[in-house]
Amino acid sequence: MESTDRVQKLLELTRRELVSRGLAISGWSTFAAVLGTGGLETVRFFYPRVVYQPPSTFRIGPADGFAPNGDDSDAFGVLLVDDRWKSQSRFVVVRERNRIYALSARCAHLGCTVNWFNDLRIFKCPCHGSEYHSNGVNFAGPAPRPLDRLRITVNLDGQLVVDTSVTYGPDRFDIDGAFVSV
Amino acid sequence: MMSQNQRLRQAITTSQLYRSIFRHDYVDSLRNRALEVTSNIFLHLHPVTIPRHALSVRFTFCLGGLTFFLFLVETITGLLLMFYYRPVPDYAYIDMKTLEYAAQFGVVLRNLHRWGAHLMVVTVMLHMLRVFLTGSYRPPREFNWVVGVSLLVMTLLLSFTGYLLPWDQLAFWAVTVGTNMAAATPFIGAEGPFHEVLGAQPLNDVRFLLLGDMKVGSNALLRFYVLHCVGLPLFAIVAMMVHFWRVRKDGGISRPL
Ligand code: HEM
Ligand code: FES
Repeated sequence: MESTDRVQKLLELTRRELVSRGLAISGWSTFAAVLGTGGLETVRFFYPRVVYQPPSTFRIGPADGFAPNGDDSDAFGVLLVDDRWKSQSRFVVVRERNRIYALSARCAHLGCTVNWFNDLRIFKCPCHGSEYHSNGVNFAGPAPRPLDRLRITVNLDGQLVVDTSVTYGPDRFDIDGAFVSV
Repeated sequence: MMSQNQRLRQAITTSQLYRSIFRHDYVDSLRNRALEVTSNIFLHLHPVTIPRHALSVRFTFCLGGLTFFLFLVETITGLLLMFYYRPVPDYAYIDMKTLEYAAQFGVVLRNLHRWGAHLMVVTVMLHMLRVFLTGSYRPPREFNWVVGVSLLVMTLLLSFTGYLLPWDQLAFWAVTVGTNMAAATPFIGAEGPFHEVLGAQPLNDVRFLLLGDMKVGSNALLRFYVLHCVGLPLFAIVAMMVHFWRVRKDGGISRPL
């Protein structure tokens, strides 16, 4: 049997051989452990524990501040697209007849900021030309999905509050928090 | 009788200072020519003699040499740029602009660095094309092709990291797009295929590793700067040393077919 052979061999080792073998094994494993943890911790080092980011919630005023001029909606049921917050905070506010929601202006392709063209009633991305309807649904270019929607709520003062740190994909467009009813 | 000139020359060439630096005579003999090369750390990377065919310009077009030359240009101009550039969002862009107006030949310096970088990408690819077309990647030179590929990657990464440093619109969005592509890496990118296997999320994936943050900001600028000015050049220099040494050890420049 092979394993008993091995045991036999160990038993035949002299004390000196046993000690030097033990030292070699423990020495090399210490070396490997130090190097291994050192390597892992070095990778971990590149993930900062704290990153500083500006606040992600924005108070954008009461819902009646988003009253459309007339009553005509476009082909997607959108009455008004308000891009006042686009350049500073990267979102736009969309008013449909019965609800308001916030679209992330972060292109669903590779993250450039999309621009709203009111006369064409589309969003266009300057980077690779993705285009979106007024409701944020993509129809041209490389974008694989619609623009994300952001958490929008009404606070105790009746102000709308947009939270850019919470996003909703197409399968969650209709859940609570993805829009505010008006 | 020795002339004044000859005496002066002898005084210099027999001085201890001169002899401590140059260990052989200047007389044009085969032996001295060989010593000239082997006793100089920079020249000795080159072989003492080369076969005649290795001089044929139309075989290599010296494209690898041009790439190395451009790397030296980038190193010197880059080092000079560093004296005026601070890798902090508040300063980076204004420093680039200040350099152009406040420093003597600042515009020339910056453009040398920028155009040199573009040119280096061109020459490194042409060099690769030459090696491919002349079949010079074949044994015994397979490993040097592999070293070459890592040099190509280094050149591209140097360009990519340098691209962010001016901190203008082009820089910012190009790197936003580039690092978002990294998020699509399989397994280790938060938006890539199989990302759920290892649990890759925006806060722990490879994009976060590159940026040190969720978006391009001060951490990313600093990271790219350190990689651009120290990490990648160091690695590229080591890889180049191996590359040149291997050319020699693999029997010199390959032969025209
Ligand atoms: C040791 C070598 C290098 C050093 C110390 C260095 C340093 C710098 C510094 C300080 C900047 C910021 C100033 C600026 O934007 O012009 C810069 C920019 C840049 N570097 Fe380098 N660099 C080196 C090598 C390279 C190489 C090998 C490449 C590409 C093959 C490269 C490509 C670039 C590019 C594309 C920019 C942007 C230039 C611009 O917009 O003006 N650099 N580099
Ligand atoms: S990032 Fe918008 S189209 Fe590519």
